[in-house]
Amino acid sequence: MAVTGILLVLFLIAHMLGNLKIFTGAVSFNHYAEWLREIGAPLLPSAGFLWLQRVGLLVAVLLHIWAATVLALRARAARPVRYAHRKKVQGSYAARTMRWGGVIILLFVIYHILDLTTGTLNPVGDPARPYANVVADFAPGRWYVTLFYTLAIVALGFHLRHGVFSALRSLGQQTPRGEQRARAVALVFAVALCVGYLVVPFAVLTRLVS
Amino acid sequence: MNLTLRIWRQSGPQDKGRMVTYQVDDVSPDMSFLEMLDVLNERLILDGEQPVAFDHDCREGICGMCGLMINGNAHGPQRGTTACQLHMRQFSDGDTIDIEPWRARAFPVIKDLVVDRNAFDEIIAAGGYITAPTGSAPEAHSVPVAKANADAAFESAACIGCGACVAACPNGSGMLFTAAKVTQLSLLPQGQPERYTRVIGMVDAHDEAGFGGCTNAGECTVVCPKGIPLSTIGRLNRDYLAATAKRGDTPGT
Repeated sequence: MAVTGILLVLFLIAHMLGNLKIFTGAVSFNHYAEWLREIGAPLLPSAGFLWLQRVGLLVAVLLHIWAATVLALRARAARPVRYAHRKKVQGSYAARTMRWGGVIILLFVIYHILDLTTGTLNPVGDPARPYANVVADFAPGRWYVTLFYTLAIVALGFHLRHGVFSALRSLGQQTPRGEQRARAVALVFAVALCVGYLVVPFAVLTRLVS
Repeated sequence: MNLTLRIWRQSGPQDKGRMVTYQVDDVSPDMSFLEMLDVLNERLILDGEQPVAFDHDCREGICGMCGLMINGNAHGPQRGTTACQLHMRQFSDGDTIDIEPWRARAFPVIKDLVVDRNAFDEIIAAGGYITAPTGSAPEAHSVPVAKANADAAFESAACIGCGACVAACPNGSGMLFTAAKVTQLSLLPQGQPERYTRVIGMVDAHDEAGFGGCTNAGECTVVCPKGIPLSTIGRLNRDYLAATAKRGDTPGT
């Protein structure tokens, strides 16, 4: 869980920084999207790096889901008789919502790829004009898209709030003071990533980007 | 105070079990939770009914025998307290209190509120020991131990093996118990010879016993009557990573 999670988090950081390029204007943003296809040229064919990245991410996601499924099945088997009276959350809310939060994020990722990678569900859907795709996507008339996007990002924030700490712990973080630091890092990172992703749709919504 | 108790009654391992409601009147707020159950049991015996079976021994919070899920809280609402040290003043007149046994596949119910915690013994048998030289006790200063290590080891050694961590864990994992035992020994010089076979053996025994996997949810440390910190699991993880990297039990490596 920790190793695949860290790979996915590295992608999330790069993806967020790429998204923020929307504030530099349509020409710059479209050029950035074009550059992503040309990374590694002439050694790699067109979009070669992107496909390497996609395969790597797919493997990481599948291993991440597999590990989570194994843990969930073990948890279910470990308590065959449930409690009649159970307090839901005593430790951390984020920790208790990892599994359903993960399912929400998976559904969002599927929608997100159909929307802005293949363009199937996008009102513009032109791979040569990613800037226009984004602006059309989060137009005020399509408020429900922005709402779903926001909910998914908040779910991602909760997932990372516990996930980052848990990954550090799994990889051997072992002192009580380090635990406080690890939790603080996880919280700051989760909030920063949420803000970084959410400024884009809200900038489109408020016509800062159009 | 007058209380309504809803208690898990199960006549034996094969019985399906059910929650049964009892009324207990004139409970003193100065009684311990177990004394309140004693009062109920005395009445049940006088009425010719089976008393409620529950584990208990020292009644001063150090033996680890008692363990009840009280209103969904392992050992009840007061933090850092075993059920035997919990006083009835934590409750109010007219309260309904749900009392259940620890729920885990590795802890099968024997009767009513009594569960079989033999799985913990199996984890200990898989590595929770040291190669101690026999004979008279050595001079205490002959093996120096850093103060910080001694403190952290002592903190882990406070584990009484009651099983509250398993009961509270959303995954039914016994990792806090296992980690406390691993940490206690791996921080001291006496624990070094078996350090890496210990962690692998104890984690394997833990998994084989049918406990779930740890996801660092942290519910365990909240209910632990001895306040074993969650960071002990990090120490176990680090030992486990080191042990799997060393492959000390493979000849020629």
